[in-house]
Amino acid sequence: MIPAQFDLKRASSAAEAISLIGEYGDEAKLLAGGHSLIPLMKLRLAQPSMLIDIGRITDLSYIKDAGDHIAIGALTRHMDVEKSDIVKQHVPLLAHAAGYVGDAQVRHRGTIGGSIAHADSASDLPATTLALGATYVAQGPNGQREIHATDFYKGFLESALAPDEMLVEIRVPKTTGGWSFQKFNRRAQDWAIVGVAAWRNGKESGVALVNMGSTPILATSVSAALANGASIAEAAELAAAEAEPQSDLNASSEYRAHLAKVLVRRALEESTK
Amino acid sequence: MKVSITVNGKATEHEVEPRTLLVHYIRETLQLTGTNVGCDTSSCGACTVHLNGEAVKSCTILAAQADGCAVTTIEGMSKDGVMHPMQQAFMENHGLQCGFCTPGMVMAAVGLLNENANPTEDDIRIGLEGNLCRCTGYHNIVQSVLAAAKK
Repeated sequence: MIPAQFDLKRASSAAEAISLIGEYGDEAKLLAGGHSLIPLMKLRLAQPSMLIDIGRITDLSYIKDAGDHIAIGALTRHMDVEKSDIVKQHVPLLAHAAGYVGDAQVRHRGTIGGSIAHADSASDLPATTLALGATYVAQGPNGQREIHATDFYKGFLESALAPDEMLVEIRVPKTTGGWSFQKFNRRAQDWAIVGVAAWRNGKESGVALVNMGSTPILATSVSAALANGASIAEAAELAAAEAEPQSDLNASSEYRAHLAKVLVRRALEESTK
Repeated sequence: MKVSITVNGKATEHEVEPRTLLVHYIRETLQLTGTNVGCDTSSCGACTVHLNGEAVKSCTILAAQADGCAVTTIEGMSKDGVMHPMQQAFMENHGLQCGFCTPGMVMAAVGLLNENANPTEDDIRIGLEGNLCRCTGYHNIVQSVLAAAKK
């Protein structure tokens, strides 16, 4: 399978990429690692006439300890997040989840910013960063703005990024306490049929669901119940309260809701150890 | 557009369409047909090559993205007619049946050992999750990689 024809321009900085998006408008797509976009283009589900290759903007690939949070450049690859000592120490849930994206070859190319900007509810890192209370930094022609993860995911593959904006940084608060990542799938490298990213520190917790609707879902009822003293079993019963799970070849809506409860319970048990 | 890619140590330079995939540059432009196309959707790993030393799926990378990079394919693994220790291990441990997945398996396995020189059997099974063998010959593939790690 070969993508439809397109032109390609390389951007050497975020500013240059944003200027190129402004120039080409809706016809253009940003190309980072390409491991979400190129498959869509090969299937002709996406046919941009211009690709702006941002993969060579090396100064957007970094992981920094920024005091109360970890700052990760949008072009940092999954493999680099997975193996980072800083991420493993301060946000172990994120390092662990990054190691479950695709397979080793995919993680050598795919980027955290690409995954989040693609905003696929079936992907691991949008839900994981949502559970962790992350903030995303978008850059546009008029400078940068912060978008909290809870305000970012608008619909199926749809984010709060404006057409002339690009994601440049992911800020993830440092966590303490327990955490868990549950990924239920049939084959090792697949997307989750249902996934759960969770952390818990006493009465505080964050729980987000993978592939339980058109966007990643923050299970706020679960966290509210735990804060009010509910048991894990009681809180887990509320796992699908915010979700609108779809039915597809892998699972019915009802089965997904059941899986969410089971996986949230397991995640909370593991987080509470 | 013109791309310059060092493949198996040799500089190559060709005019390609922007949509040319790396695997087609390797197989069709350079006529190096050891790298296979299996699923064509970055699932099966038959197209695995090394890009700047790391295992990647060449069906999901544009030749333009590899411009200026070094690529190693299965043809670049043997030296002076002597097989790479991983190829030798696959041969000695019957790590292949039909052979279609083998070039990708070998490239992924060498990439795995570059990152983890002493993997456990579990490390190998997880590390090769991106490579499918439709003969289901996984047992001997894992044995081959374990044997190569000991060499």
